[in-house]
Amino acid sequence: MKKVLVLGATSAIAQATVRLLAARGASLYLVGRNAANLEAVAQDATTRGAAKVAAQAVDLNDFSAHEAMVDAAYTALGGLDGVVLAHGVLGDQAEAQKSWAATETVLRTNFLSAVSLLTVLANRFEAQKAGTLVVISSVAGDRGRQSNYVYGASKGALNVFLQGLRNRLAKSGVAVVTVKPGFVDTPMTAHLPKNKLFASPDKVARGLLSAADARKNEVYVPGIWALIMLIIRTIPETVFKRMKL
Amino acid sequence: MKALESWGRYPRVEQRTQPLVWRTDALPRPGGTLLPHGLGRSYGDSCLNEGGTLLLTSGLDRLISFDTATGVVRCEAGVTLDTLLRLAAPRGWFLPVTPGTKFVTVGGALANDVHGKNHHRGGTFGRYVRRFELVRSDGSRRVCAPDENPDWYGATIGGLGLTGLVTWAEVQLKPISNPYVLQETVPFGNLDEFLVVARESETDYEFTMAWVDCLARGKKLGRGLLYRGNFAPPQFDGLPLAKSHLSHGSGLAVPMDMPAFCLNRLSVSAFNWLYYHRQNGKPKQRLTHYDPFFYPLDAIYGWNRIYGKRGFLQFQCVVPYTTARDALAEILERSSRGGLPSFLSVLKTFGDLPSPGWMSFPRQGVTLAMDFANRGEKTWRLVEELDKVTREAGGAVYPAKDARMSPESFAAYFPRREEFSRYLDPAFSSSFWRRVNPVALPFSLESERGPAASRPQSLLAIR
Repeated sequence: MKKVLVLGATSAIAQATVRLLAARGASLYLVGRNAANLEAVAQDATTRGAAKVAAQAVDLNDFSAHEAMVDAAYTALGGLDGVVLAHGVLGDQAEAQKSWAATETVLRTNFLSAVSLLTVLANRFEAQKAGTLVVISSVAGDRGRQSNYVYGASKGALNVFLQGLRNRLAKSGVAVVTVKPGFVDTPMTAHLPKNKLFASPDKVARGLLSAADARKNEVYVPGIWALIMLIIRTIPETVFKRMKL
Repeated sequence: MKALESWGRYPRVEQRTQPLVWRTDALPRPGGTLLPHGLGRSYGDSCLNEGGTLLLTSGLDRLISFDTATGVVRCEAGVTLDTLLRLAAPRGWFLPVTPGTKFVTVGGALANDVHGKNHHRGGTFGRYVRRFELVRSDGSRRVCAPDENPDWYGATIGGLGLTGLVTWAEVQLKPISNPYVLQETVPFGNLDEFLVVARESETDYEFTMAWVDCLARGKKLGRGLLYRGNFAPPQFDGLPLAKSHLSHGSGLAVPMDMPAFCLNRLSVSAFNWLYYHRQNGKPKQRLTHYDPFFYPLDAIYGWNRIYGKRGFLQFQCVVPYTTARDALAEILERSSRGGLPSFLSVLKTFGDLPSPGWMSFPRQGVTLAMDFANRGEKTWRLVEELDKVTREAGGAVYPAKDARMSPESFAAYFPRREEFSRYLDPAFSSSFWRRVNPVALPFSLESERGPAASRPQSLLAIR
């Protein structure tokens, strides 16, 4: 990935990824909501050696802006060969259970906006017959649990969408990489008590990039989550529904 | 509230933490006092805030700009010196002043006005801080520089993080032609010899510092090895390097707290003897990468754990040249007699270059740093005595390495503290600051306080 569009560039995992890409001398088009924060990330990337950095403040929940934003990225970098889709919200499960509005926000941000963006991007990449689409999903999408099934559903739906997209784009030489991080120590999880399973954004970013380089399909980062989720998926539903997870 | 400790692992105090994420964000106001906290490499309690909140600056780790033509780098306060070196060294620039570990933040280096092996040539870190932004709890933000808010600039450099939060700083780096140092090791037989060879070395060497065998006594009191060096000239470009020189903080780590008996008089004495004699008393030259030269201890991750759970007390003083000979002899004599081995003792001369910081520790003279395993009352009494010798010699003790100096000592060491106090942020405080500036009460504090559970059972410690 030499010319990369980063969506949700101010998120912790995206920032760590941007640093690694910048150190490789990539060109970056950074998209996020907060202009001042985006500027800080852009300056950091420039200083760390990115060949070119452009940034645009966009609310990605405004789907009508997607097409123009992708156009702007193509123009600014003179083409695109990589996308890192990193925006998302954790939401509040208790809130979501009480109100459809809260549930809808999670689904819009994590699933619908990603689908809208990937619709635009996949068509471009399919036409140019090259590129890598890297999407940050979550282990939460592997099985619904009472503690965060709304977030999990948004990521689970995303995973299925990406499977289909991967299937469709395989013949065009476009890679679709689903990255499933476990717990990551970021501002998104600042309120949660930390344990040994929490990984640093930097570690996740390294895993993400090596998966992208290898054009993998689905990866768990850190790798231990492949085993953990295998076990969790294997538990029979009759038992699982009685568990407190 | 959670228990946190500093690098010396003493004291361990209860406090809250609040991570900072963006430099443009408003200061959080969780109630109680605030203190910026970087990587916690201060040894004592100057980076702790018992009962209050630590503002964790590790999230403020973005670079802002780096001009490879002028060597001016601007970055957020939580950026580490390690990050700056990785950025700058391959492009021909180096830190103008660096402490013995690269795992400190720019904000921490600024707040403690750190010094390095080149104090006689370069002075302190603060001299190279061109400007920075200071955010106060009243919501104000000001850019501070020698010619812009100079009073805030002077109060904040060396100001122990008490004047507000530094969000970003701009530092002038210095050019190097390659990352290698031409180093010479010169043995000296005692303190007098050190003073001669150290002063002589200042003329031709940018970097000097000496390891002292703190257990040698009598005529050998103060014997050790002086390391002096300069960045190698350009013709050394492309010289092959040993593998160990390429690693940044290699795989070595202290895996667990070491039991107390590992460090005793005998083991340290044997180590010191071997270390001193390994080069047969002759000067030795070699070419080395900057990493092992400047940061030998960084190669052993978590080296502070060799002192075990009770941690250790650092003691670093500076004494003027007029009294240095006698005062240092007295300090070395006492620590040697005290029978509590200092694992690593370092001597260094400070030059007369002034710091812009009002509360800066370095001043012209000779500095000695020692660490003592914390064995309770005995250790406290010894370090208290060393403090007294320092005070009588007209010297000073380094707050960044202190967990016990008295309010009287602090007042004697830092004559500008009154002036400094006027620039304190009302919402900011630290365990260190409260310790050396106790509020005067019209009644006995001891009876009010009751049994102090978390404190050592020592009159020396309870202030």
